[in-house]
Amino acid sequence: MGLFDKLKQGLRKTTRLLNTDIRDLFKSEGRLVDEAFLGELFDKLVKIDMGVEAAQETVDEVGEAFRARVVQENDVLDKIKEKLKTLMAQPTAPIRFAATGPTVIMVAGVNGCGKTTTIAKLTAMFQADGKKVVLGAADTFRAAAVEQLTIWAGRLGAEIVTGASGSDPASVAHRAVAKALETSADVCIVDTAGRLQTQHNLMQQLTKIHRVLGKQIPEAPHEVLLVLDATTGQNGISQARHFTDAVQCTGLVLAKLDGTAKGGVVVAIRKQVGLPVKYIGVGEQADDLALFEPGPFVDALFADVG
Amino acid sequence: MFESLQENLSSAIRALRGKGRLTESNMRDGLELVRRALLEADVSLSVVKDFMEHVSEQAVGETVLKSLDPTQHLIGIVGRELVNLMGPVDHSLHLRSGISVLMLCGLQGSGKTTTCGKLGRMLRDSGRKPMLVAADLQRPAAIQQLQVLGQQLGLPVHADLTAKDPVALCQAAVKQAKASGVDTVILDTAGRLHVDAELMNQLTLIDKRLGPDQVYLVVDAMTGQDAVLSAKAFNEALELDGVIMTKLDGDARGGAALSVKQVTGVPIKFMGTGEHLDALEEFHPDRMAGRILGMGDVLTLVEQAQQKFDQDEMAKQEARLRKGEFTLDDFKKMLGQTKKLGPINKIMGMIPGLSSMGDMLDQMDAEKDMKRLTGIVDSMTPEERRNPSRVIDQSRRRRIAAGAGVEPHEVNELVKQFDGMADLMKRMSGMGVRDRMKMMQEVTQGGMLNPGAKFAKQKVGTGKRLSSAERAKLKKERERELRRKKRESRKNK
Repeated sequence: MGLFDKLKQGLRKTTRLLNTDIRDLFKSEGRLVDEAFLGELFDKLVKIDMGVEAAQETVDEVGEAFRARVVQENDVLDKIKEKLKTLMAQPTAPIRFAATGPTVIMVAGVNGCGKTTTIAKLTAMFQADGKKVVLGAADTFRAAAVEQLTIWAGRLGAEIVTGASGSDPASVAHRAVAKALETSADVCIVDTAGRLQTQHNLMQQLTKIHRVLGKQIPEAPHEVLLVLDATTGQNGISQARHFTDAVQCTGLVLAKLDGTAKGGVVVAIRKQVGLPVKYIGVGEQADDLALFEPGPFVDALFADVG
Repeated sequence: MFESLQENLSSAIRALRGKGRLTESNMRDGLELVRRALLEADVSLSVVKDFMEHVSEQAVGETVLKSLDPTQHLIGIVGRELVNLMGPVDHSLHLRSGISVLMLCGLQGSGKTTTCGKLGRMLRDSGRKPMLVAADLQRPAAIQQLQVLGQQLGLPVHADLTAKDPVALCQAAVKQAKASGVDTVILDTAGRLHVDAELMNQLTLIDKRLGPDQVYLVVDAMTGQDAVLSAKAFNEALELDGVIMTKLDGDARGGAALSVKQVTGVPIKFMGTGEHLDALEEFHPDRMAGRILGMGDVLTLVEQAQQKFDQDEMAKQEARLRKGEFTLDDFKKMLGQTKKLGPINKIMGMIPGLSSMGDMLDQMDAEKDMKRLTGIVDSMTPEERRNPSRVIDQSRRRRIAAGAGVEPHEVNELVKQFDGMADLMKRMSGMGVRDRMKMMQEVTQGGMLNPGAKFAKQKVGTGKRLSSAERAKLKKERERELRRKKRESRKNK
């Protein structure tokens, strides 16, 4: 299955919902673009969590181009797609690998967003590329979080560095990098405990882990990925902002996109914080990770309407 | 929590206020602002529509426009509708005298396992004998996680690392519970997507076979528009009895709380407000509506204070206050008790008019400040704690500062603050709750304008200065005296 198919499959339900909705607006051959029409369009866009501001901007643009005209479905859809693609435009840059030595990737996010599962998927992906991966289980806070990652490491055959429950996560991170250097691994992925972005002290702890990662390899961490639950609403913006402030995130992983959630908040995040989406999670298995591509993402959203 | 919804609503309301008198047309603008605020807060679209219909019906009518303060009236309507939307709530777990079975379900990562531990703790504290059942056979190490929680709480956990079928496991668990004298069983099921037919069937099967007394859906407060879809699906599969909303301690706008009740018809019973196992609170729609509208939540604060403050210690301190014996030791104990209530900014958010202070304190890091103050007091001798302003001289101050790892001027600041505080305490000790609250507000508001002052000692009259009325009276008397003298001197001539 190609990446595009996988992306499509993951977005199937999203697409179905959005498609029928948009089509509802065009019962007859064409429709007059008036306040009622624009209001309906706004409602549909809000439903995919893309945020009031982004939705309004899109609607305004449609209004400007088509107001008082009778429109065809395709004209409006092309306009919206174009708008969304500009919003989500970004270089298709996945992981920035280190020129020499191990590439260090730090993974952060709020509680229960899917960090550990995402790390397992990233590991499987790197291993499939023939890379050697070392994991750092720096979530020493939550009960059995270390065990969870250890089980994944065992399944995938990756090396793992752990610490005792309640021990300093920064020291685990430090040892994980040391291990990666010692075993000349290609990639070192560091898991962190889930934390709400408003918990000041915990965010400082995250900053410390980030700093410690750079002790042995000056450019590390090469990537800081923020995992975002696709069901998250507008709070995602606050998450992206605060985590980026604390650890200079380089990109998002949009997890749990296999449900009915649209993950549209990434549009608002891209717009307001500037973070690109790098990968999407579309299932619970280790290979359920796909590269995010804005073109296909938007196209897949509107695939059958086109 | 709900902060942003609150902020957005307040700005909507401020915009209304600025308009002065409400007219039908600017009322519509105001309502549009409220609608936007709700949508930005992730309240689901269909719920917003219904809500706005109810509010507009009442708001655009004659009564509001003619009422004395239309804006206040509109806020009242919005508040009342918010309460209607989220309530009524019945907090009872409907436990039976025999074995009661509670079941938790929800999406992945919504917080089921942690909530399972919190519920267990709550039941244990209320005198029940709960057992936790690790029925999440899906996620790696979910069983271990529940076992660790059980260990921390001293609760039995039913787990089987080799089990493959959660239905059989749950049945075995109930059997074991009957044998071991447990009276409440909490099932921690695996997280699943509501579109996963196979796993949803499995959940229905557990429901059928075990007939749990209560089924609760665990919902992440940060959920967006999708909350409606998943809650609906779970409700259709299981007939939910209630919802537990988690992660409400962040800055989630919590719109899901409004949506979920509307869609499922079942109330939010509890809310998770932290990662620690005692952070589970009853959900009160009226208080929540108050919080959303920035009217504060004093009731919860008082309840928490009653639960967490050591009543004897409080009484002792009160007595000492009255006698004017409040010392730095008491000050330190008071800081300690306040700490038990939770993070300062969380407390602030519950006091009317102080919710915006929460953010300010966040920046100043009040926790750290409290630690520093405690450290300074710890470095003092008993004599210094009893009578700081009289005993502490330059050399003592230097010693204390060195011991606490602070600058000498910080010791001075603490002593100054303590003096003001002791004075304040003395005055407050005679007051009722309402007056105290009012005073606190006055003090903090004054403090915001003049942050350096903090708890300044109140200036007391020296007896030398007179009020203008008194001065006028004296002047009159002097003039009368003068006139009398003049009359007498004339008579004498």
